[in-house]
Order: sequence, then structure tokens, then C-alpha cells
Amino acid sequence: MIAERDIDATLDAYRGRGREALLPALWDAQRAYGYISPENVHRISHVLRVPEADIYGVIGFYTLFHDAPTGRRVIRVCTDPTCALVGADEVLHGLCERLSLSGAGSTADGEYTVEHSPCLGMCDYAPAALVSQRGEDDIALPSVTVDDLLGAWNGDYFRPAGDDESVLLDPSLSTAPQTLAQYGEYQALRRAIFDLSPEAVIAEVEASGLIGRGGAAFPTGLKWKFTRGAAGELKYVVCNADESEPGAFKDRVLMEHRPHLLLEGIALAAYAVGTGKAIIFVRGEYPKATAILASAIQEAEAAGLLGQGIMGSEFSLDIEIRRGAGAYICGEETALFEAIEGKRGFPRMKPPYPTTFGLFGMPTAVNNVETLCAIPGIVGQGADWFRSFGTAESAGAKLISVSGHVGRPGVYEIQPGITLRAFLADACQGVTGELKAVLMGGAAGTFLLPDEIDVPLSFEDLRAAGGSFGSGAIMVFNQTTDLRDVLRRLGLFFQHESCGKCFPCQLGTQRQVEILERLEAPRAGDRQRLLDVGMTMTEASICGLGHTAAMAVMSALEKFPELFEAEA
Amino acid sequence: MTDETITLNIDGKTVSVPKGATLLEAAQAAGIDVPLICYHEATSPNGLCRICVVDVDGGRVLQPACVAECGADTRVETRNERVLRSRRTILEMLNASVNLEQAPEIQDMMTDYSADEERFPEARRRESELIDDNPFYVRDYEQCVLCWRCVQVCAEDAQFTFALTLKNRGHETSVATAFDISMTESPCVFCGQCVGVCPTGALKPKLEWGMEQGWSSEELRQQTRRKRKKDAG
Repeated sequence: MIAERDIDATLDAYRGRGREALLPALWDAQRAYGYISPENVHRISHVLRVPEADIYGVIGFYTLFHDAPTGRRVIRVCTDPTCALVGADEVLHGLCERLSLSGAGSTADGEYTVEHSPCLGMCDYAPAALVSQRGEDDIALPSVTVDDLLGAWNGDYFRPAGDDESVLLDPSLSTAPQTLAQYGEYQALRRAIFDLSPEAVIAEVEASGLIGRGGAAFPTGLKWKFTRGAAGELKYVVCNADESEPGAFKDRVLMEHRPHLLLEGIALAAYAVGTGKAIIFVRGEYPKATAILASAIQEAEAAGLLGQGIMGSEFSLDIEIRRGAGAYICGEETALFEAIEGKRGFPRMKPPYPTTFGLFGMPTAVNNVETLCAIPGIVGQGADWFRSFGTAESAGAKLISVSGHVGRPGVYEIQPGITLRAFLADACQGVTGELKAVLMGGAAGTFLLPDEIDVPLSFEDLRAAGGSFGSGAIMVFNQTTDLRDVLRRLGLFFQHESCGKCFPCQLGTQRQVEILERLEAPRAGDRQRLLDVGMTMTEASICGLGHTAAMAVMSALEKFPELFEAEA
Repeated sequence: MTDETITLNIDGKTVSVPKGATLLEAAQAAGIDVPLICYHEATSPNGLCRICVVDVDGGRVLQPACVAECGADTRVETRNERVLRSRRTILEMLNASVNLEQAPEIQDMMTDYSADEERFPEARRRESELIDDNPFYVRDYEQCVLCWRCVQVCAEDAQFTFALTLKNRGHETSVATAFDISMTESPCVFCGQCVGVCPTGALKPKLEWGMEQGWSSEELRQQTRRKRKKDAG
């Protein structure tokens, strides 16, 4: 156990800072002790001058933080749909059995704590787990077994991604991450700094037709123009790397494989909107990506490509990494700001929008990882080059995360416009077994039936088909899949992840899962209950989480009505 | 607020309001009743309960009247089918989780919106023990609707005492002190503002609660530190 003065020494690093340092300080305390004790809350309260009650509230909001003692090894097994298809429940039960636990909890000897977890973004390595060993860096584990989790594990995983046509991925990588020497010395940034005005960079991005890859599909150039034009002494660029949609893991692969592509994209965004400060908010479940980005930043700073006076110019940029702590809601941009500010991750009411009132109330351009990774290509090779990929309305290459019953789950780079059928048959090496359904867009997505997969994969075609790309997650289910179980797990996910701020979502995600839990033996009127709960969440909630928490269920009501009727 | 006025249509009535007015203010100016649960004039509005939602121009989502600003030349409907479904369902879902027996205003809304008290059978209720840890007031979070008013007046909206917070999240959210310590151990200064703004029976003066329990006047004095008549002077 670390002595008290050690935690004081750790906290000394935060002296003079305020509430915004709360999540980092809580991570330090938890890493040392396995949980955040009342004594440590007291100390943090003094150093950061934040009320103890507020700190307690923040700990309880984020699932990766504990306010009570845990075992020396905390094991979180993902039990969301994709991992469940390949035996996550069996791993969890096997683990509990070996440790003589009746369910999730801690062993009496203080060695182990077992928890189930929402999607860890490792669907290409299902079943996945996230392990915290006291005093060490957290580690995400691929394709886990009970023996791995109790023994000495191997957390290495790497699978090359992309093909010869790829611009975002790089199939030539034999290990991750791509080094600076392999990537090259930020030529697009050099071009921008020395040959282009910030306005010209924004004009190029606008001309490219790039729309956001995080799910909301907002035009990136327009967002930057608003941010640049907004009044404010300080501005921020925030990279949303809180990818948490079940079934989505493309941003993880980009960060792990090509960190410099992202950093150059962030630098170009900062140059364009006019700021010297950027923050990458990475979900707490991505320790590997976080470590890779941290060393890539050091590498780039040492080479004079980030930091003070970049490439000898007047332009300087400090990029800071912030680690999330287990909250899907923080992928919502304003909830993400609240998390960076050291608060419970509640979404704010909009308007005002981030471009005028964002992080710390300042104009902020917040962009998804994949969106920012598209920028170096646009600035370096031009809008026309970018538009040569995809369709008129879905310009540029797009990443898709595929999981479930396909020959090769993983991240793929597509040219929008190809059909889902062709994509599954060729790139993904076909559906394993007989196709039953495709869940398009993740937990907040919609189902496609086997006869609907001729839809072209583009923003406009999917919208016309009543769905959306969302964050580009595709889950494939074959005839062996129990879709009721899938729906139940999606319901549990939203119940677990609702922040609780607005009544429709706080209550609706609970009522929804209660009905989904009894799909085998429904009560009279359950169908109408699901519709009323679903429409109320969709129409009356504060943010995107509530607006989409019933999307998959409402889609299933339409596409698979038999699931909601009692067995004959 | 500028002198500029804007005109909009609410339930068929044309209303002119200063630019920046909320839909709630405009509806009130037109004599149209909009139900409210979390809203309180003394606390910062957070648009939590969504019982005040209205339909603006048939938009994709409904707007919370308490915080959404009026848009010029918009057409607002405060009681169409979409609005009624949301309000009724919010009330039914709330009633399934929370004890609303001592919330007469919400009970009236249940009647007004034809909310079915039994709409969600087998629902998980938010259960908790009554907390009696100080001489001034008791806390019964089974009656708490999570309007946040108590947390807000304890913090920046009034007292700057920061004794209260929200713990956990989603449906399992509750109001709490740090690590659930008793009020007497917390920074609470017993200003009473939280009790004053509570819209249900969740926060109640101990004297009132003791009387409901049928305590004798001696017990009431012992438990609440109420002064004896002859001491009161």
C-alpha cells in the first residue's frame, strides 16, 4: 500500500489547478489504491478546492471509478451483443466459479473483483476484457479465456488493416503504431503553415464536402468556420475519442495504428480555427490507444512538429490527452466538455452550441477521430482528390467497424456507394451461416433484413432507407442468433449508460429494459408500452442518447414483430 | 433583453413577447397553462423533467418550454397528440418509480393527462430508507423526483454550502451527501432552503413529520429541539 505522503506527492502536481484536474487526480488515486477513499477525496478537495460532495458525485457517475475497496486485480468482461455471441457470459460465469463468487463482486481475500462491462470497443477480438492491476497501467485484453484472466496474460494484439487503396488505414504496417519516420514529417501541416491562410484551409475542407464521422454528420468545414468566426480570447480544438457505441471500434484502430495521422489532423484544425490548445478525450477503456498517442505526441514535439514554434513558424500547439472513466454519454460533445471540466458528464442544453460556447465556455471545434484523420489528405492533396472517393454527398473514404457473424470482423475502409451485400461478401469474407439481420449504426442503430442489404453504404442512401451510418458500426447476426437476447442486451446498455439528467431517458431506459427482459412472456400491452416509451425518449429527451435509446427496439418492432408476441 | 419584440402563434393565439422570452413565458402571457415539475423561479432551469415540452413547427423533437426561447413566426402547439403522449408517459413512468402520494400537483397532472397509475407493472421502484439524522428535517428519497432543486440551492443557486450531490447515474441516481455521511457530519448549515424548494414530501421539517407519526408534544420537543414555551421568552 502506498503511504499517505506518496499520494500527497502525486497530488502536488495538481496544486494551483482547479476542478478541471479532477478526473486526472481521481485516476491517480484509484491507480494507487484501487479505489478512491474518503481520505483521498478529502485531500483532493483541499488541493483542487472542490467540495467533497461534488467529488463523490463525480466518482459515482463514472463506472471505472470505485468509491469502495476493490480486489488487487479488477476484471471487467464485456457482455454486450458481439462479445455475447462468442461466449462472454460463459467466461464471466467461469471466472466467478473459479473464484467462488456467486456473481459479479470481490473475493474475500481482496485479490479479485469481477464486473461485467458495456462494450469495450474490442469487438474484433471478442470476447474482450479490461483489467486493472493495482499500481499498473490498465490493459485491454483480446479474445479472453478464464485462464488468461486469472493468469499472466498477453495483451498484445495487432491485425493489419486496409488494402492497397487505403488512405486512412495502412496495410503495410507489420506492427502498431506507425512511427513518425514511417508516417513522414507532417507535410500537409507544413503546406498549411507556410503556403495557406487559416481561411484557405477552412475553404479547402468546406470544398471537400467532409462531413463528421462521429454520427451526427455535420459539415466539418462549416463547424471550423463558425469556431474561427466566434468571439473569444481562447478557443479550443477537442478531439472526441470517446468512441463507445457498441460495435464501433474504428477510432481505436486509427489511434493505435496511425497516431501521427490524427495528430497532424488536430494540428491542422488548431491552425484553421486559430488556437494553440487542443485536447484529445480518449475513453477510459482504451489504455493502449492512450499510451500510443502520448508517446506519439512526445515524438512529434521532439521533431519540432508540435509544441512551441512548429517548424520554426509562429504557430504553436499544445496537445493534451484526457482519459475518460467509463461513460458512453461523454461521447456527446457537451457531456464530454463537462467531463474535461471535472464534472458529472451531463449533456448541456443546446443552444448555445460548442462553436460559440464549448469547453470552459469558449468557442470550441469538437471533431471525431476519423474526421480529423481525413484532414491531412484534404489539405495535402486537395479537395478534389478527396472528392474522388465515394459519392457526391458522401465524399471521401469511410471506415466501418464490422463485428458478429462474418468471416473476418474488423475495421474496413470503404468508398461510399458500394452495397452492403458486396461489402459483406468481399471485404468481410462473407456472412458465417445464414444471414438473419444486420444492425446498422450500433446500439443506436436500425435493423436491416436479409433482403434489404442491397442498400448502398452512403449517408444519403442509408438515410433514405430509414437508417444511418451512425458511427459506422455494423453488427451481423446469423440464424443462430437470439434477437430477443440482442434486444435485451441493448436495453441493458442504455439503462446502464443513461446519465439520469432528463426524466424521459432516465425513466424510459429503465422501463424499456423491464419490458425487454420479459419478451419471452410479454404482458398484454407491452408493444404499445415500448412504442410510448420509445417515442417519449425520442421526442422529449435532452440529448442524442435519449433520442436514439429506442431506435433499435422501434426498428425491431417494425422488422421483427414476431419477437414481441408470446410464443404459441 | 432588448426592446425588440417577436410574434408567434401558440395554440392558435397570436402572442407578442420580448426577444429572448421563453416559450413558457409566452404561453403564460397568452393564458395557456404549461405543467411544470422541476422548474422553480429561484433555481437555474435545467430542463430536466420535460413535462413542459411543446411542439414547435412540428419539429423532429419537442421543446422544453421552460428554457427554449421563442422563435419569430413559429407555430407552437402545447397540447397536441405528440405532446400529450410525452407528458402522459413521463407521468406514468415517474409514478412507477417514485412515491407521489405527497405530491398533489403531480397527482393533479396525472388526472389532467389521463395517466394510468398501473401502466407499468413489475416496474423497479426507487426504494430507500427514510433518513432521520438531524433535528431539523427528514429525507425520504422514495418521494424524490430528482428535480435537483435541493442540490442547486445548497450550491451555486443560493447557499454555496455544497453539502449535497447526485450519486450514481441513470435510473439509480439519488441525492446524497459525500459518502452518505449524516447531515450533521456534512457541511450542511441547516438553512432550510432545500426543504423550502422540495416539490414532494422527500424533504420535510421534522416537526411536521413527527406530528404525522403521532408523536407527543414532549417527544416532538426532544427530537426537534423545539424550545419549550416558557424558554422561548
